[in-house]
Amino acid sequence: MSPRAAWRLESLGFAEVYDYVAGKLDWMAAGLRTEGTNAAHPRAGEVSRRDVPTARLTERLGDARERVLAADWDAVVVINEERVVLGLLRSKELDKDPELTMEQAMRPGPSTFRPYVAIKQMAESMTKHMLGSSPITTSDGRLVGLLLQSDAVRIAGEGK
Amino acid sequence: MPTEIDRNQVQNLVERGAQLVEVLPADEYEEDHLPGAINLPLRRLETEAVRILDRARPVIVYCWDTA
Repeated sequence: MSPRAAWRLESLGFAEVYDYVAGKLDWMAAGLRTEGTNAAHPRAGEVSRRDVPTARLTERLGDARERVLAADWDAVVVINEERVVLGLLRSKELDKDPELTMEQAMRPGPSTFRPYVAIKQMAESMTKHMLGSSPITTSDGRLVGLLLQSDAVRIAGEGK
Repeated sequence: MPTEIDRNQVQNLVERGAQLVEVLPADEYEEDHLPGAINLPLRRLETEAVRILDRARPVIVYCWDTA
């Protein structure tokens, strides 16, 4: 739709016309602010914990676990240098042999959700699928934060 | 020929005074739109663009995605 609008504006005499082809979906998937009636409702991106610990594939599990527990967390997201999510370790994986690397211990390819998903929908989905936590990522896979089921359920309940 | 741009370029152009235009129907605009965007659905573009928009400033149009 926007290409047609852009071409039409040019034909109407607008000299400098740009087409943001990836559009609103791309904007929201990046966790950027929007305006409108939906903006008042919490979404996954803003409720997610941005301070979730992260680790690299080659880090020793024992070292990462120490760091994670010291920060009062029981989960860590494995990312690459571009902050793209590669894996997730929750308590069960963190309790594995400390000599393993994160790559060996992690749960690869965890389910991720986009920042614009309504928190009510996230609460329902995480409860139904028994997900204690889920990484929230942009459309190109970069980590925004970790959404805890307890946060999602609590905030969805407050909005009722 | 309109220039295709990405998210970062949108932010830079808006900072420089570009006009942001969502061409989706009004109900979709009401729910969510980019900060500062105005709504000019495709069907109204013909009759209202020249009146509403400033031809001397850059214009960025967008819809939901590439569809």
